[in-house]
Amino acid sequence: MSEQKLTGAQIIIKALKDQGVDTIFGYPGGAVLPIYDALFQQNDLRHILVRHEQAAVHAAEGYARSTGKVGCVLVTSGPGATNAVTGLLDALCDSIPIVCLSGQVPTHLIGNDAFQEADTTGITRPCTKHNYLVKDVNSLARTLHEAFYVARSGRPGPVLIDVPKDVQFADGVYVPPAEVKHKTYRPQVKPEIARIEEAVELIANAKRPIFYTGGGVINAGPFAAKLLTQFVKATGFPITSTLMGLGAFPASDSQWLGMLGMHGTYEANLAMYNCDVMINIGARFDDRVTGKLSEFAPGSKKIHVDIDPSSINKTVEVDIPIVGDCGAVLEDMLRIWKARAKRPDQAALKSWWGQIEGWRARNCLNYNRTESVIKPQYALERLREALRGKDHYVTTEVGQHQMWAAQFLPFDQPNRWMTSGGLGTMGYGLPAAIGAQIAHPDAIVVDVSGEASFLMNMQEIGTAVQYRAPVKIFILNNQYMGMVRQWQELLHGSRFSQSYSEALPDFVKLAEAWGCVGLRATTVAEVDDVIAKMLAVTDRPCIVDIAVDPKENCFPMIPGGKAHNEILLGPEDKPSDATPEDGMVLV
Amino acid sequence: MDEHKIEKHTIAVLVDNEPGVLARVIGLFSGRGYNIESLTVAEVNNADHLSRITLVTSGTRMIIEQIKAQLSRLVPVHRVHDLTDEGPSVERELALVKVAGTGDKRIEALRLADIFKATVLDATLTSFVFELTGTTAQVDDFVGLMGQLGLVEASRTGVVAMSKGATGF
Repeated sequence: MSEQKLTGAQIIIKALKDQGVDTIFGYPGGAVLPIYDALFQQNDLRHILVRHEQAAVHAAEGYARSTGKVGCVLVTSGPGATNAVTGLLDALCDSIPIVCLSGQVPTHLIGNDAFQEADTTGITRPCTKHNYLVKDVNSLARTLHEAFYVARSGRPGPVLIDVPKDVQFADGVYVPPAEVKHKTYRPQVKPEIARIEEAVELIANAKRPIFYTGGGVINAGPFAAKLLTQFVKATGFPITSTLMGLGAFPASDSQWLGMLGMHGTYEANLAMYNCDVMINIGARFDDRVTGKLSEFAPGSKKIHVDIDPSSINKTVEVDIPIVGDCGAVLEDMLRIWKARAKRPDQAALKSWWGQIEGWRARNCLNYNRTESVIKPQYALERLREALRGKDHYVTTEVGQHQMWAAQFLPFDQPNRWMTSGGLGTMGYGLPAAIGAQIAHPDAIVVDVSGEASFLMNMQEIGTAVQYRAPVKIFILNNQYMGMVRQWQELLHGSRFSQSYSEALPDFVKLAEAWGCVGLRATTVAEVDDVIAKMLAVTDRPCIVDIAVDPKENCFPMIPGGKAHNEILLGPEDKPSDATPEDGMVLV
Repeated sequence: MDEHKIEKHTIAVLVDNEPGVLARVIGLFSGRGYNIESLTVAEVNNADHLSRITLVTSGTRMIIEQIKAQLSRLVPVHRVHDLTDEGPSVERELALVKVAGTGDKRIEALRLADIFKATVLDATLTSFVFELTGTTAQVDDFVGLMGQLGLVEASRTGVVAMSKGATGF
């Protein structure tokens, strides 16, 4: 071990490099100037200058989600840190590994209401998996290595390290990652075999089974997704997934039922409602998925695999809880499954598939195919066809377009789909697309967007231009905050309070003002041409303004407080009764 | 078992004694809407900087399990033990109780203190400060009785607890 002294700033850079970081997203300011000076004097770490700190975190999320690595962020004290808060909470809700470094006023000024001082560890405590304030330069390297370990281990999440400016200047000793072992944090990765055996037994005796998988499979890595696919194929069972889990199982496979939940497919939700054995792998019984809890998959036996013990029995009591990494669990499950001779009742499975095919035949994603106006679903279908076979990544903002993208864009591989699921952060998609594009410069990265969400972080076009990140911003422009409008129509007597996107810019001119390509489609006939032109742009961002039907609603839909079998298929479907009061208060 | 039954549990948590650790625990309870009926904390191992938190909380069985899982999830937490679940335990609370008065009330206060095995920490011609150690119920009783005998103020530590028998935390 070298006893050579480095400054705190140099220690940070060295620790990041030793942790394998090649890209950091950030924005400079007074309290991080020493770190920016150290960045300036090296060439291994690439810094991406964003235009707002929230976007730095989202970009790091896009980078992390599309590579499986830890995303890295650098922001200054005070407003730099508070701006990052939304991003940090977004990463916490969706279990994305992030290490965020924030500058802090010098130690002797902490607590004095100094310029650009914020109680950053206090503010971010409930928005991070863990956070640190480093007051001693000699614990800086250790803290950084610990932070990376905590961020990526167990259920991943964001970790913030607040570094006062005097600590960045001070000289201290560096320790390499190998010498750092965490005192307390040891998440359980390997499952209990007895539980797996119980689970396999239950699975083998299922008559109406379903796999319900989530982001945990993606977080466990591509190997876990491969094992999941093998296991699902070996069983012949139907599979659905949460928004966060899309891509872990190939959407092109016939066993795939599509996404479940509030805007999930009819077949996925009905299969969940009627199943006798539910195999939850890496999902957390989120309220978007369960709907009315008392009528969630009534009469089913439930297996729940999760690396986070606090996810088990949090909202839904399960019969077989299994704590462990999805990859490790699937490996054991598959092995034990292969070793046992007994197979599920094939006749029962056949009849179950018959039932499912009946639900599938309802063709729940069908929409009114008209020539008179561009339907958002049509635009996405055309995008899907244009992307087929091409190396591509998709991010989204939040709202109707996000749900349509989840319904209409198929993913056959993990890590290709990035969306803000838990927190539902409008403005996530563009910076996340930039992060994914930086990680995959030659791939096609599309941000499926709405005009309102795009406006929330559109300053990041500047970032994309600066780094020649040719992200495609595919705006389904319905001139409304579409999901707000939809809820107001369905639940608030069509009183469209404040949900109209007034005073929109000309998105084509906006693109041109930044030196990007701007395209617009206002008729059905123009859609294919605009998509082709968009995909041809490879040296700069491209903003596409698709003027879609402003009145289109997103179906299927399970209204708040309703059960899976009360799903609405389209505008002609009326809720079975007025949405109950306890449903109205749900978001 | 009634899933809606509210149970009271005493939970011991061993944590790294580092800045913010108590805020993490309290923030967890307030952020997730759990009850804290009592919480005590102090360093118990100076060499390893370990603190022991004893907290008394209430909730349904599912909530209690969730509280323990959430506590275990905090990074600086070493161990979480549910003393209510894990067999017999002893619980004690310490209280300081100030009583002012003269004449019969003063004599009665002193007599009750003797019965409760409270000790006198401070005495003036018109007041006493008693120290009492006991279960929460005993302290409640004592403070209640003093209420009629010139209670000025009471200060209580909250519960500290430990499992019975030879095995440690």
